[in-house]
Amino acid sequence: MRLSRFALLTAIATLGLIGMGGLVTSHGAGMSVPDWPNTYGYNMFFFPISKWVGGIFYEHTHRLVASGVGMLTSVLALWLYGKKSRPFMRWMGVALLCLGGAALAADPKGWSNALVLGLTGAALSGASFFWPRCEASPKWLRRLGLIAFFAVVTQGILGGLRVTEKMQQLGIFHATLAQLFFALVCSIALFASPWWESSGARLRGMSSAGPAPSDLRRREFGFVLGATVLILCQLALGATMRQQHAGLAIPDFPLAYGRFWPATDPASVASYNQHRMEIFAVNPITAAQILMQMAHRFMALLILIAVGVSAFSVRRRLGAGHSLSKLTLVWLGLIFVQAFLGAATIWSNKAADIATAHVVGGALSLALGTILCIISYRNLTLVQSWVRAGTRDAVPIHPPMGARAATSGLH
Amino acid sequence: MMKCSTFLGMIAVAAALQTAGAAEIIGAVTLSGTPPPEVKYTPLMADPTCGKLHKTMPTTHFYVVGANSGLGDVVVSLQGISGQSTGASAKPAELDQKGCLYHPQILAVQTGQKILVKNSDPVIHNIDIQPSASSGNQPFNLAQMPGTPPLTVSFSKPEMFIKVKCDVHPWMFAWISVFDHPYFAVTDKDGHFKIENVKPGTYTIEAIHRKAGKETKTIQVKEGAPTEVNFVLKAP
Repeated sequence: MRLSRFALLTAIATLGLIGMGGLVTSHGAGMSVPDWPNTYGYNMFFFPISKWVGGIFYEHTHRLVASGVGMLTSVLALWLYGKKSRPFMRWMGVALLCLGGAALAADPKGWSNALVLGLTGAALSGASFFWPRCEASPKWLRRLGLIAFFAVVTQGILGGLRVTEKMQQLGIFHATLAQLFFALVCSIALFASPWWESSGARLRGMSSAGPAPSDLRRREFGFVLGATVLILCQLALGATMRQQHAGLAIPDFPLAYGRFWPATDPASVASYNQHRMEIFAVNPITAAQILMQMAHRFMALLILIAVGVSAFSVRRRLGAGHSLSKLTLVWLGLIFVQAFLGAATIWSNKAADIATAHVVGGALSLALGTILCIISYRNLTLVQSWVRAGTRDAVPIHPPMGARAATSGLH
Repeated sequence: MMKCSTFLGMIAVAAALQTAGAAEIIGAVTLSGTPPPEVKYTPLMADPTCGKLHKTMPTTHFYVVGANSGLGDVVVSLQGISGQSTGASAKPAELDQKGCLYHPQILAVQTGQKILVKNSDPVIHNIDIQPSASSGNQPFNLAQMPGTPPLTVSFSKPEMFIKVKCDVHPWMFAWISVFDHPYFAVTDKDGHFKIENVKPGTYTIEAIHRKAGKETKTIQVKEGAPTEVNFVLKAP
């Protein structure tokens, strides 16, 4: 398997994990396993399947998948170091083996923890003998791998503390960091891909040879970046809303309590709560939560406009056949789907599967926005270096569509 | 023997003196209007274990309306009293998990009073108790296997409607109100309540229901005859 494919696998697994996390929140099962890192006193890998009932199923599966993503991210970070990581793996494996032995000696009843430590150590040490002998990735990419590793560890600890410290606010950070982590892993997959290297070389070759690479300007990049930042803010807002466990603060859409703008005075909020007959999320709603949902709706509209403008401007600048134009169009389509899923979440009274699909759609929107930012930025810097090289006069800055397509490094 | 009976006699006299001059407040809470229809516990019946514990589809009990429109599960309490909790010596309250539902759904206790949380179900439950962050009460999240002894919890600060939740079965909810005095009651299914051992005087009394809101009245408690006070809460 190639590094790029492994990075893609890690990204896909992360998306699955975000989906599992969405199911946990949608089913109100976040606290169904009161301890961490153990599960009902068991080492999580030895928790009997017969006890995976109700909300425990969602929370425990989330933890197991999270462990898997943690392992994949660790391997990815090591892989980015290539053959350099062999000695580290070997000695870290030996250290874990020793730690497992010490744990068993200290507490024979906790054999399962010792076994997991020992097996991890043995696997790590053993893998070092078969580890790819490839050269290390560039330093900046290795650093990104390390950041991903620390992010996944932090994410695990945040999730654990959310349970053990019973702090709902930590759930907001946990959910937002998950989205950022996914965008980061997708970026690593992009940087590790053969396409990134080959298209980069092609672009650099073009810029040094004279003709302009894709004629992207700061304005288009600004649109894409702005829309991506808006999506991130929207995801943080969505995470805050989900962690309130108050169900739907506004039960109708496109109107809000039958009006364009809902009343939020104390009497109206009391009346809303009197009418709410929720089975799951029974916390009474507040005026702040209603306003938060209204902000979420307006932010969605803003994102739709921002992504639409991005797609339109990139298409106008680069032509319809350019890969970036196509990708921004996919982005716009994704935002439309996401808006529909948001509406469906309300119409279905926050059905768990639809609400979870909405969370996953949000993650994909942010990741795609991030990838578009990265590609646009590279094109932008190459255009700028081409302009600086003084070859600007050789080729018109707005070449005809055909010429633009021919010079594009993204085809 | 003589000493012992004298001692018991003294205790009886002290107790009699303590309650002497005390009166009781009785009354009823009624609901005016028609409450929204209750919701079926469809997810409960879909659960492989919990579903078998019910012969018919259970529904929510947000509005427990009995005879003569009496409203159950209303917490009635005297206001403006603090620091008179006898919770430490009070009989423990009970919260049972039966049929994957909490019984009772609305519970009121004193600060320091023990609450025994029972699991009468053949399935694991977790008791996730979430007081408000500002209350100073301790949150709990405890696992309870079937057939295990009751868990004991208590609260040190007064707080209204502390949410109790089972995250394994996310439709399970109960609410506990905590007072630092013994002058409160929860209405029965017909809306009746009784608050005992109240010293004569003027009090503010409040009836509060999670959905139907609250009503406050000023009452004069006199020695001898019970003081009657009735409330009417409105359905949405």
